[in-house]
Amino acid sequence: MAYSEKVVDHYNNPRNVGSFPKDTLGVGTGLVGAPECGDVMKLQIKVNVQTGVIEDAKFKTFGCGSAIASSSLATEWLKGKTVDEAAKIKNTDIVSELKLPPVKIHCSVLAEDAIKAALADCKEKWLKAGAPAASTT
Amino acid sequence: MALKFPIFMDAQSTTPCDPRVVEAMLPYFTEKFGHPASRNHPFGWEAEGATDAARARVARLIGARDAKEVVFTSGGTEAINLALKGVAEMYREKGNHIVTTAIEQRAGLDTCKRLERQGFAVTYVPVQPNGLVDVDDVKKAITDKTILISVMFANNEIGTIQDIAAIGKLAKEKGIIFHTDATQAVGKIPIDVETMGIDLLSCTAHLLYGPKGVGALYVRRKGPRVRLAPMIDGGGHERGMRSGTLPVPLIVGFGRAAEICEESMPEERARLAKLRDRLQDTILGSVDEAFLNGDPERRLPHNLNISFAYVEGESVLMGLNKETALSSGSACTSATLEPSYVIAALGASSELAHSSIRFSLHRFNTEEEGDWVARRTIEVVRRLRDMSPLYELAKEGVDLKSIRWKAE
Repeated sequence: MAYSEKVVDHYNNPRNVGSFPKDTLGVGTGLVGAPECGDVMKLQIKVNVQTGVIEDAKFKTFGCGSAIASSSLATEWLKGKTVDEAAKIKNTDIVSELKLPPVKIHCSVLAEDAIKAALADCKEKWLKAGAPAASTT
Repeated sequence: MALKFPIFMDAQSTTPCDPRVVEAMLPYFTEKFGHPASRNHPFGWEAEGATDAARARVARLIGARDAKEVVFTSGGTEAINLALKGVAEMYREKGNHIVTTAIEQRAGLDTCKRLERQGFAVTYVPVQPNGLVDVDDVKKAITDKTILISVMFANNEIGTIQDIAAIGKLAKEKGIIFHTDATQAVGKIPIDVETMGIDLLSCTAHLLYGPKGVGALYVRRKGPRVRLAPMIDGGGHERGMRSGTLPVPLIVGFGRAAEICEESMPEERARLAKLRDRLQDTILGSVDEAFLNGDPERRLPHNLNISFAYVEGESVLMGLNKETALSSGSACTSATLEPSYVIAALGASSELAHSSIRFSLHRFNTEEEGDWVARRTIEVVRRLRDMSPLYELAKEGVDLKSIRWKAE
């Protein structure tokens, strides 16, 4: 199977690989997928508590090139978005940007799940800490 | 010598034709184009002579005493289909049970699945963690309805060589026909259908530096005489077992390839095993949590299969595929996203089944190529581990099994 140029580019030059300390307020972590399915994504966002803007995002992915590209692209898109805007990213956006073939659509679904999980984790920690929840949805 | 890219190290999917094979084939496309079944003119005689000589070469390579026992087919898949379906149909009155293994090639497994739908019962004997079938398990699987035992000679992914002689002996004692899929083994390691008690043996030319499109099924004629229902009806060629005009140039190439393999086997086996061991030692010596799949001793000399924990196989290949052709799982299954059923059958975790890489060497690989592939593989695996959440968790001391994964 030939990969699209964009997938190859993300695979060769993945954006924002890395990790944030999980317990920091404003950091949300999404860990989705399963090793036995051959795909695991960890996606993290760092949200400005005052503005609700995602200031930074990082990922680590176990999976094929398309899974790596999907999560790399997701981190690129997340940066600078508000949490509300981030929640609107759809897997189909990733599919069309990376020109993923049908057999690789699950990679984009996983990336969307990872975004949602990171946002939810961020919100949960936020509420637990008693911070104003106004800027999260 | 400067390296030439891409480097081919996927020789268990196919091999390049040896130039000497192509040279032998060429005249049979143009001047010597006769039909071997044309009995009354020199064109036919010439073609028949050429196919007979090739038949004798193939017979010799597998220890068949009578060249007539070699039936040419379109390749390994057809040979396996003919063996299994041919026996099933011919001996149906005698019984409806087949014993095979869980790690056969798709041609074997899928043919068995079809036979099951047609009312046959099939036992898939499991393999031990090293990939070897326990002969006792085969014995236990036999019933009074068993008409066929089919066990592959050497595995296409992990290269594990089964104890074929012991299974052949067992089959003899029980009076059951014994087929072996030897597509990966013929021409690579010594095979003797007589001393090993093999009744049917499938092989293909393109895995032994011959052309694609031709293979053979060895069908025993004496002690016992094995009969097969043909899959293809027609002019009654190949003793009625496989009708169709023989592809003379391909068969001539197959014969020449068999001849070269026989001559060069002792030297080639040793050379490839040395190359393979060097590749293995370099990789396993530099990468932690990399596991050898299959039996380290009973293994094809040109095969190396390693699971790199915490990285996914396809992503490793993607990092190498501009310069090196390797495979993850087998070429037959790489069109799907399923992990390797062979590695899974070893009892490894399915995560490791997703992480297996097969290096398979061939006649024309050099030590420089091996060193280059080892170095690049190590680099790619390290890079991928740096971006693997599983590696990170494992390094933090988290037991991956303790995590409740949310599978899709």
